[in-house]
Amino acid sequence: MAERYEIRFSGAGGQGLITAGIILAEAASIVEGKNAVQSQSYGPEARGGASKSEVIISDAPIDYPKATQVNACLALTQEAADKYSVGIKPDGLLLLDSDLVKNIPQGDFKVYQFPIIRTAKEDIGREIVANVVALGAMVALTDIVSYEACEQAVLSRVPPAFKELNQKAYETGFKKMKELMK
Amino acid sequence: MAKKSALLQGNEACAHGAIYAGCTFFGGYPITPSSEIAEVMSKLLPKVGGKFIQMEDEIGAMAAIIGASLCGHKVLDATSGPGMSLKQELMGYACIAEVPCVIVNVMRGGPSTGMPTGPSQSDVMQAKWGTHGDHAAIAVAPASCQEIFSETVRAFNLAETYRMPVQILVDEIIAHMREKIVFPEPGELEVVSRRKPEVGPDQYKPFDPSFGDVPPLAAMGSDYRFHVTGLNKAPDGFPTTKAELVDAEERRQIRKVNDHAAAIEKNEEYLMDDAEVAIVAFGISSRSARMAVDILRGEGVKAGLFRPITIWPFPEKRVAEIGRQVKAIVVPEMNLGQLIHAVERSTKGSCILDGVGRVDGEPLTPDQIMDKVKEVL
Amino acid sequence: MTFDYEKYIRPGKLPHIWCPGCGHGIVMKGLIRAIDKCGLQKNRTAIVSGIGCASRLPGYVDFNTVHTAHGRAAAFATGMKMADPDMTVICTGGDGDGVAIGGNHFIHACRRNIDLTYVIMNNHIYGMTGGQFSPCTPTDAFASTTPYGNPDPIFDISKLAIGAGATFVARTTAYHATQIDKLITEGIKHKGMAVIEVLDCCPTSYGRRNKFRSVVEMMKQHKDIAVPVTAAAKMSEEQLAGKILTGVLHKENKPEYCEQYAKLINKVQNPTSK
Repeated sequence: MAERYEIRFSGAGGQGLITAGIILAEAASIVEGKNAVQSQSYGPEARGGASKSEVIISDAPIDYPKATQVNACLALTQEAADKYSVGIKPDGLLLLDSDLVKNIPQGDFKVYQFPIIRTAKEDIGREIVANVVALGAMVALTDIVSYEACEQAVLSRVPPAFKELNQKAYETGFKKMKELMK
Repeated sequence: MAKKSALLQGNEACAHGAIYAGCTFFGGYPITPSSEIAEVMSKLLPKVGGKFIQMEDEIGAMAAIIGASLCGHKVLDATSGPGMSLKQELMGYACIAEVPCVIVNVMRGGPSTGMPTGPSQSDVMQAKWGTHGDHAAIAVAPASCQEIFSETVRAFNLAETYRMPVQILVDEIIAHMREKIVFPEPGELEVVSRRKPEVGPDQYKPFDPSFGDVPPLAAMGSDYRFHVTGLNKAPDGFPTTKAELVDAEERRQIRKVNDHAAAIEKNEEYLMDDAEVAIVAFGISSRSARMAVDILRGEGVKAGLFRPITIWPFPEKRVAEIGRQVKAIVVPEMNLGQLIHAVERSTKGSCILDGVGRVDGEPLTPDQIMDKVKEVL
Repeated sequence: MTFDYEKYIRPGKLPHIWCPGCGHGIVMKGLIRAIDKCGLQKNRTAIVSGIGCASRLPGYVDFNTVHTAHGRAAAFATGMKMADPDMTVICTGGDGDGVAIGGNHFIHACRRNIDLTYVIMNNHIYGMTGGQFSPCTPTDAFASTTPYGNPDPIFDISKLAIGAGATFVARTTAYHATQIDKLITEGIKHKGMAVIEVLDCCPTSYGRRNKFRSVVEMMKQHKDIAVPVTAAAKMSEEQLAGKILTGVLHKENKPEYCEQYAKLINKVQNPTSK
């Protein structure tokens, strides 16, 4: 069985995490030609609540489509961090929004944090692109797809008027993460 | 040029498959977790000159597609548990009046409203016996987004070939997860349309058994005009209570599926040649099972997977053979024992048989399946 | 020359199942005359019904005919009309079938203003199942399931149709035989949802239990209570007590559903054209 790589995006409904998962899956499967499956937890609420989106990436066909042992997890809210950091594999990775997650989950994983939503608001000027900032950061953290592949996937998803904004958000997230990892 | 591909949800893939199959009419009613099928059909159908109608309820949706099919359209409806329950009377109508139609049931937990956003596989028996009265049933159960596309095409082909309702059973996970789909080129997948009458309007009978067990179906509004009823009918379509006619019609309608079971059946086998334990699973559970088989093989257990893609008619012959080959069969399914009844009926006690079920809205994991395999061996 | 009904009756399908004195036959003849007046082609006309005595009508007439499930005529017909908008689609059925079990489909067909003609035979009872009360059985009347008199209020089918958005609504009775084909003709020609309510008699299941000594008496009552809308305009509230209005009760022009959908297709396929 070829190596599975499992990524989880979690936060609150309405933060665009499902979209982030879809873009990553598109980067892996459509742009890079790997196998990818994206799925999400799915509740009655369209906004709020705890939400997650999972992407499994593998060179081999993917059978079980849900996460079994998460390689890397993003959590944008405390509730999501508490609920979804469970299941991260030993030596796995956890990226948190440092403003919103004050109680850092304990476990056998490496924790990184930076103010993701504030970065979107202050550096990019629009909170709505926090998911793309987070996506850039997760690409930097996991190195599971190339910077260019995911950038292409981001740009093919957004309307022309928002390309620049999203490109900047993606690049900023990626760079901030790379600095943290130095 | 490379073929077109896209990352699609299972539900989206279903809608695209329907268009590929030549579907020109969708009647539906919103219900989680199937609504994306209606949403995509509402977008795609006008582009190909087809019609989309959102009806006032689930029953109306089923009625509308039967009506449109009688007028010559290839038709689709999509729903989930509660909606499927409501459609049952008209499922029977489509059976007795022999009207081709395809109905997708994106299974959720139940009974009743159950768990609208949670997956389930608990409508296996409903798909066979949901409507009252004796009748044949065809149901297919794809396990990936690509397969949802191709099985939707096949479901239309089966509906058109056998002049009856065909169900596509998917679960919420496969319906909502996204995988890469490679769109087949036109002509790459077979597309079948219903047989047209071979006699003139004056001689046409909509249920004439002299043309075989699946008599040709004319379109209302064409040069042919005829009567359709939900009553037991004679070959000319008019109601009858004559014992020999009622009996002959009932038997023909069941025979048309039973006698062609081999052509309707479709299965996938994985590492079954030397298997000592077989896992029989469909849909999402088959994906967990396949991963379990790989891990078990790594541990030296000779496990294999038998995956029925056509669930009804159930592949009784092949499962009976498997029952004689293996020591044990394990049936994982997201219910508390439905498909296992069909397996039991086929194997007739020739091997150890046990099931593992899950009804909490989470899929069966490979671990749960492996534990059961180890327990029975 | 007398009218040739045989032309439209399927050979060998009569006698019908209706009881002596039932008005459904009068309505069927009216429908046939209307179809003839409109010059409809048999192959391009569909008659769709639900379940019940009135719903057996399609089996007798020589068109595309669909005897559907209980209450579902309007929904089947909606699918057929959408599928083939140039075909004339007519629904026939009774009061229980149309506005009880089929009420939801009925009001939504009215709301869409889809070009159907719905001829609803209101005999105030479930006749086929043996005389149980329907939503159109008068309060205090007797039925097999109202042995102490009917406690339920009634649906006024015509008002229901108008309220739900039908753009042609007319009412008459089985007594007014010549008005039946006149109104159905107008309904067929009207572009949009047309509802023609015909008050009908069920001597077997309704008349017998409600002290009507004969069908003649039942029909006489329909004759007595029927007031043409034109005449009603000049009558006082007291004079109109206990009467029912007949004739064209409502008529308006509104966009028809299939035409609207055809425009939608055109818009999608030709995004630049207006």
